[in-house]
Amino acid sequence: MSAFNPVEFNAGLALAEPEIFLTLAACAILLVDLLLGQASRRVSGLLSVLALLATAALVAAHPVEGRVVALGGLFELDRMAQVLKVATLLIVAASYVYSTDYLARRDILKGEYFVLGLFAALGALVLISAASLITLYLGLELMSLCLYAMVAFDRDSGVAAESAIKYFVLGSMASGTLLYGMSIIYGMSGSLDLATIAAAAQGGLGDNVGMIFGIAFIIVGVGFKLGAVPFHMWVPDVYEGSPTPVTVFIGTASKLGAFALIMRLLPEALGAAQGDWSQMLTVLCVLSLAIGNLVALAQTNLKRMLAYSTISHVGFTLLGILSGTVPGYQAAMFYMVTYTLVASGAFGMILLLARQGFEADRISDFRGLNARSPWFAGLMAGLMFSLAGLPPFVGFWAKLGVIQAVLGVGDTWLAVIAVMFSVVGAFYYLRVVKVMYFEEPVDTAPLGGSMVMRLVLSANALLVLALGIVPGALLAICQRALT
Amino acid sequence: MIGLTHVLALSGILFSIAVAGVFLNRKNIIVLLMCIELMLLAVNFNFVAFSRFLGNIDGQIFVFFILTVAAAEAAIGLAILVVLFRERRSIDVEDLDTLRG
Repeated sequence: MSAFNPVEFNAGLALAEPEIFLTLAACAILLVDLLLGQASRRVSGLLSVLALLATAALVAAHPVEGRVVALGGLFELDRMAQVLKVATLLIVAASYVYSTDYLARRDILKGEYFVLGLFAALGALVLISAASLITLYLGLELMSLCLYAMVAFDRDSGVAAESAIKYFVLGSMASGTLLYGMSIIYGMSGSLDLATIAAAAQGGLGDNVGMIFGIAFIIVGVGFKLGAVPFHMWVPDVYEGSPTPVTVFIGTASKLGAFALIMRLLPEALGAAQGDWSQMLTVLCVLSLAIGNLVALAQTNLKRMLAYSTISHVGFTLLGILSGTVPGYQAAMFYMVTYTLVASGAFGMILLLARQGFEADRISDFRGLNARSPWFAGLMAGLMFSLAGLPPFVGFWAKLGVIQAVLGVGDTWLAVIAVMFSVVGAFYYLRVVKVMYFEEPVDTAPLGGSMVMRLVLSANALLVLALGIVPGALLAICQRALT
Repeated sequence: MIGLTHVLALSGILFSIAVAGVFLNRKNIIVLLMCIELMLLAVNFNFVAFSRFLGNIDGQIFVFFILTVAAAEAAIGLAILVVLFRERRSIDVEDLDTLRG
């Protein structure tokens, strides 16, 4: 620990400007919301979206070169952090736009939803910028604790509390396991600082059983947070049981946070032990691909189907990470960012179709959507094609990238498994398309949703197509983020 | 003389009891919350022991943060439990079967 240096400290605060701004904004919105009547609750939502967009602008306004560590070695900023932060903030802002009408129709439009979401986003930002195990843990917990409360906040729903308690117990166990792994890593390397841990692990672990033991615990914890098989039991229940706006949050922003967690812990701090954790991740990856895709076939609830689909997409992301090469990490990051974009569009569609007392979360609720709204049926079909990995949608490039990464390190059998299961996956995504186009609508009510929501949702879905046709820009951003 | 190994063994045993408690307990959710607390305390034991034997204060600082977060976690856990009890009139683990995972 070096002595306190005010100039350095101020420079560090300047780097953490977006986080500080978001904290202040969330506190201010909490106060403003208290003064607003129930009739003007939408103002809190609007302010939250503006705060998120302003934070994203602050992040993007100061591009960094290389890796800058600040605030006594607790906080770091690199290109990966900036890209993930902007993606998280934009996705959360989009989810607020999608949710407002849904919440208002159910009389649960409360300021707490927005404020908890802002703090969860703050937790994700801290996690993404963590340079020490302490910041990593605090960011993760800030995000998770807000999410537990958000799952339970629809108190009359009947299933929300149950799914919240399941999420809470398994999530806390995951944190405990992760911490146990961290404590062992701390004991073996003598530091909480990620860079010092990396230096201590330099030159391979050899037969350092303690370190490998610690890594195993960390993988279990990270596997829980990501929802990789065999630590996936909570995913379908939480996706189905929580109010759909919260499902969007868990399915997108928290996945970006979990991706940052695994990138900081494994390649950055324990890169020297890549051989050891790659083996463990391979097991998680193959099981996630298999179970995620096979069980999704049997689902009739769209939210549950998307839950199992998330599990399989986590498997694909792990493909990139376990390859242990820089192009692999780049491909994994591209995969995660584009997956959250597609998933937020798909959940947005469920929110668009939902009405008072009608969740629109069964696949059959999408029956004959083409007859009701050819435009949104087309967009939903595009999103499903992208999840299945068909060109010209962005999901194709994402899958191509991770498969090239494993081929690059000679794991041909993994690539074959990944392709096989993505064929299995195509079946259940195409079933949604079939239901929309080739079945008669049972329900002919016009679609809900405000103009703004329709615009943002259309832009989201069109972006999936645009990025599929011209993937170069985003690919280049991900490649520059990790070098 | 109590060495590092003794403390680590103790914390390992506490951690195992906590994990076993979560998976074997089929009765009461409060017991689950207690197991989670025990798990975090086992981790604290580890951190303090390593910190003492490495002569590095960082681990003890981490323990303060873990204790604070554990308090917040317990508050949220109990709040969710209250919501659940109001709805079901029961906090039995076996009654949590509306959603089949």
